[in-house]
Amino acid sequence: MSALKERTLTPFQSLAIAAYKGFIRDKATLFFTFLFPLMFLVIFGLIFGNQGASKTVIGVVGDGPIAQTLAKLDAVELKHIDSAEDAAAQVKAGDIPAFFAENGTAVTVRFAASDQVKAGTVLGLLNGVVSQANVEATGQPPRFSLEAAQVEDVSLKPIQYLTPGLLSWAASIAAVFGAALTFVSWRKKQVLRRLQLAPVKPVTVLGSRIVVTLGVAVVQAAVFIGIALLPVFGLKLSGQWWLAIPLLLIGALAFFSIGMLVGAFCKTEEAASGAANIIILPMAFLSGSFFPVDGLPDWLKVVSNVFPMKHLNTGMTDVMVRGKGTEALYLPVGVLLGFTVVVGFIAAKVFKWEDD
Amino acid sequence: MDSRSSIRAVSRGDSVPAMGTALAVDDIHMTYGELRAVNGVSFTVSEGEFFGILGPNGAGKTTTLEIAEGLREPVSGSVRLLGESPWPRNMRLLPKIGVQLQASAFFEKLTAREQLQTFGALYGVKSQRVNEMLELVGLTDKASTPEAKLSGGQRQRLSIACALIHDPDIVFLDEPTAALDPQARRNLWDVLREIQARGKTIVYTTHYLDEAEILCDRVAIMDNGKILAMDTPARLVRDLDAATHVILERGSLAVADAKALPGAEEVTEDEVSLTISTHTPAPLLSALAERGTLDGLQVRTATLEDVFLNLTGREYRA
Repeated sequence: MSALKERTLTPFQSLAIAAYKGFIRDKATLFFTFLFPLMFLVIFGLIFGNQGASKTVIGVVGDGPIAQTLAKLDAVELKHIDSAEDAAAQVKAGDIPAFFAENGTAVTVRFAASDQVKAGTVLGLLNGVVSQANVEATGQPPRFSLEAAQVEDVSLKPIQYLTPGLLSWAASIAAVFGAALTFVSWRKKQVLRRLQLAPVKPVTVLGSRIVVTLGVAVVQAAVFIGIALLPVFGLKLSGQWWLAIPLLLIGALAFFSIGMLVGAFCKTEEAASGAANIIILPMAFLSGSFFPVDGLPDWLKVVSNVFPMKHLNTGMTDVMVRGKGTEALYLPVGVLLGFTVVVGFIAAKVFKWEDD
Repeated sequence: MDSRSSIRAVSRGDSVPAMGTALAVDDIHMTYGELRAVNGVSFTVSEGEFFGILGPNGAGKTTTLEIAEGLREPVSGSVRLLGESPWPRNMRLLPKIGVQLQASAFFEKLTAREQLQTFGALYGVKSQRVNEMLELVGLTDKASTPEAKLSGGQRQRLSIACALIHDPDIVFLDEPTAALDPQARRNLWDVLREIQARGKTIVYTTHYLDEAEILCDRVAIMDNGKILAMDTPARLVRDLDAATHVILERGSLAVADAKALPGAEEVTEDEVSLTISTHTPAPLLSALAERGTLDGLQVRTATLEDVFLNLTGREYRA
């Protein structure tokens, strides 16, 4: 405080500080910017967290080439058990769905009849490994080849798409609401007119508010990724995940321009937040912020492609968890920047300093 | 210049030296759809003058002020503010003018001090000014209070401090005393007088005619978008040539005796008082003094409200 006192701030700095303080001191805004989307992350993360994460456990008695091959696969988890009797008891008790014992070239499997699905998985898996071993034992190259891709590459674990999706959504609502409510309230309270009578350029006023929105997006990214990385949620970031930050900032910019447009049309804060919700919520659903949109009907997929949030989500997921690099950013960045320019231009055209 | 310029040099008291023109408004018109909000308004304000624009709500005061500030472009007519045109937005002029808007225009969630700091930074003023301003408007002990928690009067004073933060040459105040309790109004008057004492030109609107009479060097009375009269309050009242009312306690003097007093014109009596109207109060009062009947004596002269009544033919209703 006292250190700041002696310094004369530029109009840009002082307006940005004012906007920052206005943001940080508004409990409702803080809630909807951070806690509310985080609640979704935590709840969805915990509900879906264990789905697909727990692998089928197979008991193994003894060791051999089959067990070693299986151990290399990610599909099952092997549990070494000392004796066949012990293993059979565990299957009976329902602790494990099956066990196999390797004795030279003979592999014996015992499985619980109660869980057909798991038993089928185990049998199929073992059958495959045994067949492969048989082909190798003949010394012949296999005639038929099976192209096996890891299933995880195509469909992600929930936390892997929830984190980028919910983060995009959170940054979008913060940007839209931040812009819309600021302009509506400034117009209503005549702050805009007061600024019109001060020697400050409109671009300074606008820029100071944008800086705060971008700062909020960075903090959101840090909080979201930090929490999702906790072992309970188990987010795994891939190579160039940090590319998500510049992408998120460009996304925030696009949604700030939408907020400006909303702010230009609405006369009251209530109207503005209603309008912002109507724009953001359906868009978030159709853009895959809450669940993957692969299952949507084709025509809806086409529709979803016109939404900036869809492109933001896709880009965020690509760089954060799919291991893609800058090449995955071209389309999303192009779409988002185009959106910012077009919507920002319209917003500037319909912008009003005061209510009629 | 036309005849209007001859009006402006007159000012109450001798505190206002003859100076240049701070604001010249020439025949401005403003219409909103069918409504002629401002219909040919002209006036000039000298440097250092305290100029009041008076009238009931909807008279066109605020619109006139907004055009003078450069917030609106008039349909026709011209404005020279400190020698320049305020419209379109004139960045050279803005640091020299201070404006307090009718609504209190503040940033969300900031304290009184932070509001002043933010506005100050827009003008590049030293933060030292913030303390001076807080002191000037008597809000030093409220510096850390959020603006939203200030009382109406405190908020108005803060708003005026924000208008003065950059030491402007001319200050526009739109209804600064509206909706304040009497004590808060009087506190604000002290602030306004202090601003004038610092040599600032003040242009302000009010619908309190009594207040304008006390504060202003010169007033323009507006109604229906036009200026009906413009002069010093004292001269406007004097030109009315209205009778002075001398009021005594009922029973202190017989009605017949009162009528016989020198200069007495009309005598009326009600349950509590006896009222004598006169155009020559001096001999009447000395006659009363000689008789020793000064108990409960009140002298009521005409006010700007009487001027308004005379100009419009209707009672003044703010």
